[in-house]
Amino acid sequence: MITELEMGKGESELELGLGLSLGGGTAAKIAGKSGGGAWGERGRLLTAKDFPSVGSKRAADSPSHAGSSPPRSSSQVVGWPPIGSHRMNSLVNNQATKSAREEEEAGKKKVNDDHQPKDVTKKVNGKVQLGFIKVNMDGVAIGRKVDLNAHSSYENLAQTLEDMFFRTNPGTIGLTGQFTKPLRLLDGSSEFVLTYEDKEGDWMLVGDVPWRMFITSVKRLRVMKTSEANGLAARHQEPKERQRNQPA
Amino acid sequence: MNYFPDEVVEHVFDFVTSHKDRNAISLVCKSWYKIERYSRQKVFIGNCYATNPERLLRRFPCLKSLTLKGKPHFADFNLVPHEWGGFVQPWIEALARSRVGLEELRLKRMVVTDESLELLSRSFVNFKSLVLVSCEGFTTDGLASIAANCRHLRDLDLQENEIDDHRGQWLSCFPDTCTTLVTLNFACLEGETNLVALERLVARSPNLKSLKLNRAVPLDALARLMSCAPQMVDLGVGSYENDPDSESYLKLQAAIKKCTSLRSLSGFLEAAPHCLSAFHPICHNLTSLNLSYAAEIHGSHLIKLIQHCKKLQRLWILDSIGDKGLEVVASTCKELQELRVFPSDLVGGGNTAVTEEGLVAISAGCPKLHSILYFCQQMTNAALVTVAKNCPNFIRFRLCILEPNKPDHVTSQPLDEGFGAIVKACKNLRRLSLSGLLTDQVFLYIGMYANQLEMLSIAFAGDTDKGMLYVLNGCKKMKKLEIRDSPFGDTALLADVSKYETMRSLWMSSCEVTLSGCKRLAEKAPWLNVEIINETDNNRMEENGHEGRQKVDKLYLYRTVVGTRMDAPPFVWIL
Repeated sequence: MITELEMGKGESELELGLGLSLGGGTAAKIAGKSGGGAWGERGRLLTAKDFPSVGSKRAADSPSHAGSSPPRSSSQVVGWPPIGSHRMNSLVNNQATKSAREEEEAGKKKVNDDHQPKDVTKKVNGKVQLGFIKVNMDGVAIGRKVDLNAHSSYENLAQTLEDMFFRTNPGTIGLTGQFTKPLRLLDGSSEFVLTYEDKEGDWMLVGDVPWRMFITSVKRLRVMKTSEANGLAARHQEPKERQRNQPA
Repeated sequence: MNYFPDEVVEHVFDFVTSHKDRNAISLVCKSWYKIERYSRQKVFIGNCYATNPERLLRRFPCLKSLTLKGKPHFADFNLVPHEWGGFVQPWIEALARSRVGLEELRLKRMVVTDESLELLSRSFVNFKSLVLVSCEGFTTDGLASIAANCRHLRDLDLQENEIDDHRGQWLSCFPDTCTTLVTLNFACLEGETNLVALERLVARSPNLKSLKLNRAVPLDALARLMSCAPQMVDLGVGSYENDPDSESYLKLQAAIKKCTSLRSLSGFLEAAPHCLSAFHPICHNLTSLNLSYAAEIHGSHLIKLIQHCKKLQRLWILDSIGDKGLEVVASTCKELQELRVFPSDLVGGGNTAVTEEGLVAISAGCPKLHSILYFCQQMTNAALVTVAKNCPNFIRFRLCILEPNKPDHVTSQPLDEGFGAIVKACKNLRRLSLSGLLTDQVFLYIGMYANQLEMLSIAFAGDTDKGMLYVLNGCKKMKKLEIRDSPFGDTALLADVSKYETMRSLWMSSCEVTLSGCKRLAEKAPWLNVEIINETDNNRMEENGHEGRQKVDKLYLYRTVVGTRMDAPPFVWIL
């Protein structure tokens, strides 16, 4: 924590190195004052582990082509780059559609090259960056947003949603104002089911298709009362039996 | 002036339109305050929690137009939880009760419900203009009420809102007698559109000047719409997939040629890569072009289009245009005033990204440039110094280097000197956004030179509290300061509490401020609302023995004359 302020002594006293100790690089912080690690240890500033390539790129003189991609979903920076969510969603949708189309093409062509399908897969996962989609729950006025790319499976997603709408800490009140009992949104055993709207506008039960396909086609989620979900495409139905149902 | 009757003074005031000026004249003397408040028709409230509807109505009973802003700017990037606040309902209720003759409502980053829209549509007989920007919480049912009940509706302008599209029939809710529309913008709606209702509406709206369609409006519908509205000035194209040999395309070409008043083009939300040429004939008239959503259009087609746009003043584009494309812009668009270059691909660079070269080219070629938003992969101090020399007239300068903390890619130095050159040269700079590797030095420059700066956005920058202090002490006109992920703490926060009275708001997230620091601030400044937004658990913050030293996740403070707000959700703690 900075305890001394020497504003009056003039700026020439400031000895600024490259202030950020990224990867323990060439930086020399203002000696003694900040106590070096004071903000470093708990700092929200990204450290070298978040940008494994940054430190080394800086030391090297290579013009850094940002082939060092921004961090992947695990250490993804929320709200960066600063693009409005409306624009971001449009970007994500465009890339997802493009990649899904490319994936289809690749699949259809029956490529001999082993690498190609894998690359396309990576592209799908890599390009679809900040996939925030809206989640509404019956009985809760205001919806939330969840980042699909921070999840790797249906169980993962269900857990996040359960935490979001039904806080699991005893004594705290979640969005629904209820104290919790753990839900099982995916297995049909609770009062609520998890549903989603796909690109064609159909509402379906979550869990029917492979996860990867799900994240490229889902537009938004809804936690629906089981009693209302009867008309939805259930697992055993044929696609042509699915009706276009508007949730009430 | 005091020897004139009030009516004469009031007539003089009619010529004073800017909010700042009107606020200033109201402070001259009691008499002018009184005359001004009764004659004020347009009111702008930059933070809806700085005051309340009752005070607004008491002071300005003849209100006709109200602009309200709700959530802080960083809400655009998902940094503010959804339920934070910014509800318009209490405002509309109060305005409705007071029977004020509201004609125009402009909202930004507020929560609007269908109930609010219904109440709005029924309460004001002369309501003419609704502009919603980055709002949420409503559906197309709300739009249906507006369409059905506002007899004299002139403008319905929906920009980048999150609207639940029930795919209902809101467009057919405009009665056949409605012929007054001037602006209709529903580009942000995701669902299907009743094309028949839309065409009928456009056909009976002879004053329609601005029409922005959503992606559900296909090419043949576009052709029909344009041919029945050749007076169009501002067009947002929805879906634009076409076969250049088709009859629809030929009809479109014919319709476009007739639109000699067209000055502004946008949209292309779903656009085929090759098809812009239909618009070439009217390009020489365009002053505004927004292709920032047209992800599928290739750089070469963009360039071909832009080569025809010699009168362009505003250009919003994707970085797929590349540095070469920006060079074409620089040599063609000599009237350019505002440029925005958005990223088209978030995963690492590609050949199509723009660099410092594009920025330098633009600065060299466009002498009238005063506003820029530039997303890029890399930057150098030398480039920024050159840009500053070429364009000393910047009012808004926003640079976003996609990778946080990235230094000058040639010298590996921080970008302090580059930004320093910008603030030193651009004496009228009002808005600045920083990025890249930056130390306290850049803030020294900002505090020293950026005398007109009103809004500053800081991310991943600085070393010590000195950085923030330079800004707070130096920038006398600062209104909005927003900081994320930077090592500024309590010392900077508390150094000059009275400063916050001159500012609209301060946002600090993932910085070094502690709970005790915030508490001390709240004690010293009861006229501030000091909000702690902690999505994890406020209870935990209190129970913890080290509560004082606990870092605050998100801090948002703002001056207010009405004290703590009552509508804050549980995870917002107002000290």
